[in-house]
Amino acid sequence: MSLICLTNIARRYVMGAETIHALRDVSVSIERGEYVAIMGPSGSGKSTLMNLLGCLDTPTEGTYELNGENVSDMDDNQLADIRNREIGFVFQTFNLLPRANALRNVELPLIYSGMRLDERRERAREALQQVGLGDRVTHKPNELSGGQRQRVAIARALVTRPSIILADEPTGNLDSRTGEEIMQLFARLSEAGNTILLVTHEESIAAHARRVVRLLDGRVAADEAKGGDRSPEA
Amino acid sequence: MNFLLELGEGLRIALEAIRANKLRSILTTLGIIIGVVTVTLMGTAIDGLNRAFMQSIAKLGVDTLYISRTGWFVETYEDWTRLRTRPQITLRDVMQLEKEVHTVLAVAPIVRSMAGVKYRERSSQNVSIVGSTDQMVLTGGLGIETGGRFFTAEESDGGRPVCVIGSDVATNLFPRLNPVGKQVKINLRPYEVVGVLESQGMFMGAFSLDNQVIIPVRQFLTHFWHDPDFEIQVKVGDVARLEEAKDELRGAMRKVRRLEPGDADDFAINQQEQIAERLRVVSATIAAVGLFITGLSLFVGGIGIMNIMFVSVTERTREIGLRKALGAKRRTILVQFLIEAAAICVVGGLLALAIAWPVTLVLKHFMPAQLSLPLVGIALLVSALTGLISGFLPAWRAARMNPVDALRNE
Ligand SMILES: Nc1ncnc2c1ncn2[C@@H]1O[C@H](COP(=O)(O)OP(=O)(O)OP(=O)(O)O)[C@@H](O)[C@H]1O
Ligand SMILES: [Mg+2]
Repeated sequence: MSLICLTNIARRYVMGAETIHALRDVSVSIERGEYVAIMGPSGSGKSTLMNLLGCLDTPTEGTYELNGENVSDMDDNQLADIRNREIGFVFQTFNLLPRANALRNVELPLIYSGMRLDERRERAREALQQVGLGDRVTHKPNELSGGQRQRVAIARALVTRPSIILADEPTGNLDSRTGEEIMQLFARLSEAGNTILLVTHEESIAAHARRVVRLLDGRVAADEAKGGDRSPEA
Repeated sequence: MNFLLELGEGLRIALEAIRANKLRSILTTLGIIIGVVTVTLMGTAIDGLNRAFMQSIAKLGVDTLYISRTGWFVETYEDWTRLRTRPQITLRDVMQLEKEVHTVLAVAPIVRSMAGVKYRERSSQNVSIVGSTDQMVLTGGLGIETGGRFFTAEESDGGRPVCVIGSDVATNLFPRLNPVGKQVKINLRPYEVVGVLESQGMFMGAFSLDNQVIIPVRQFLTHFWHDPDFEIQVKVGDVARLEEAKDELRGAMRKVRRLEPGDADDFAINQQEQIAERLRVVSATIAAVGLFITGLSLFVGGIGIMNIMFVSVTERTREIGLRKALGAKRRTILVQFLIEAAAICVVGGLLALAIAWPVTLVLKHFMPAQLSLPLVGIALLVSALTGLISGFLPAWRAARMNPVDALRNE
C-alpha cells in the first residue's frame, strides 16, 4: 500500500462568477522513502497540490488516502492531528517564530502533540543536531543566516518523525550556494529513509530528486523516475 | 493535547507578546487600570467606613438610647430652625425622668463644653468638659483604670470639685506621675482627679473620646454654663427590651415635658441604629457611584482590549497559520489568544493594585482602611474576566482562520 494515494483529485476555487480549476483530475501515489520533486510553471497548481498533501486544505473532488486513512473528508481538528503526526512542513519563507530561539521553534510541534518538556527538549536538540545546528540551540532567528534559518525549519519538520516532509520552494529565498547546501541536507535525509516531496521550478534543484512530477494547468503532464531504480505510476 | 500544557504554552506566548509590545499593552490597559483602581478604592472605603462604624457604634452601645431636643440627623434648614424653638431639656427634666422610668438600668444627664486643663506647668487645650452624674459610668459603659474610680453619688449630688480624666489628658498632663489624687485646674478652678478613663479611641474617626474630663453636673452648671440644653443618656441593659424601653421613655418624657395628648413630641430618642441607617445609605451611594465608574471604565477598557487583540491577531496571521500547520487545533489557538487578552488585563490589574496600594495607605489616616486579600483577588478576577470577555471575538477569529490563507498572508 502506498504512503500517499491521490485519486481523481480536483480543487476548484469559486471567485464570484468565475471558477478557477487549480487542480483537475490528479491521481498520484507516492511510496514510503521516495524523494519527489513537483515542477511546473507558475500557477500550474503546485502549491495547491502541496496544501492538499499537507492536509491544510481539502479537495473539491476525489479521495486522498494518507497512510491508509482517508483524509479527504476529515474535520478541522482531525486534520490538525494528522498534520501534527504525519507531516513536516518546510516553507519558502522559513516561518520561524521571531521571538523564540531555535530550540523553542523546533519543539513547537511537539507541544501540540502534548509531549512532556524534558522529552521535547531532548528530541528538539536531536533534530537540531541532525541538521548541523547543535551549537545554535539558543539563537533566535534574527541571529541566524538564511541557510541556518531554513535548517531550523527543517529540524522542526523532522522533530515529530513524520511520514512525509513537504517543502514548497525551500530554496526560493536562498542564494544558490546556500540552496545547494540545503539540497544536500535533503539528500542526506532522503538517504536516511525520509519521504520527501518538494516543489520547485528550478531544474537544478529538481535534479536532486529521484522522481519528478510535472504539472501543467492543474494536470499531471509528466511523471518521470530517474536512475531507473524506482518505477513511477503514470 | 494536554490542556494544562496548552495553558502553560498560551501563558508563555502571551507574556512574550506583551513583552514585545510593552508600551502598547500598558496603554491598552488604562481603562482596566482606572476600573480596577476604582473598584479597589471603593471596596476599601466601604470596608473602612463599616469598620470605623463598627468600632464607633460599639462605643455608643447597642442598648443605649440618647434623648435630646432634636434628632441626630436634621435633614433641612427649615427643620433645624423649627426644632430650635423646642424648649431645652433641663436638669430638672432629667431628674424627673429618672424618677418616672423604672425598667432601665441607668439614666444620666450629659452636657459638654470646651476648656483648657492645667496641671502645674503642663496644660491641655480644647479638652471636652462633660458634666454628668455618677450614673454616667453605667450609661456610657466607661472603664476606669485600676487605682482610680468614678465619682460617687454623694460627690455628684454635692457638686464636689472632683473629676475623671480621659487617657489622652492623663498622658498629656501626667507623663510620669499617677494622676489619681492630684489637683488639676479646669478654667483655673481646682479639681481633684479621682480616676482615669480607659482609652476609648476615636469616634467615627473624627474626634478623640480620650480627650475629655468628666465633672459632676452641678459643678458644670455653676462654673461653665448655667442653662445648657441637656442630652439624656439611657442604658436599657437589655437589647431585647430596646423598643419597650423607648416607648416607656417616650411616655415618661411627654409627662415630664407636660405635653397634652394631641401635642407632638418636643424631643427625640436617638439610638445607634440611626447611624447604622445613615452609614448604609452612604455605603450604598459610594458603591453605586464606584460601580458605575468601574463598569464604565471596564467597558471602555474592554473595548480597547478587543481592539488591540484584533490588531494582534491580524499582525500574527502568519504565526497562526504556522501554528495550525504544525498541529494546533482551533481550541488551542482560541485559548492562546484568550490567555493573552486575560494576561494583558491582569497586568493592568496588577498595575492598578500598585496604584491603589499607596492610596489606601493614605486613607488609613482617616479610617481603618485596608487593602484586603479578598479585594485583591476580586480585582484580579475582574481584570482577567474583562480580558476573557473582550478577547473572545478576536480569539475566535484567530481560531477559525484557514491555515492556507493565513500562511499566504504577507
Ligand atoms: N485561495 C485561492 N483562491 C482563488 N484562487 C486560487 C487560490 N489559491 C490558488 N488559486 C489559483 O489556483 C491556481 C494554482 O495556484 P498555485 O498557488 O497552486 O500555483 P503554483 O503552481 O504554486 O504557482 P507558483 O509557482 O507561482 O507558486 C492559480 O491560478 C491561482 O490563482
Ligand atoms: Mg506556489
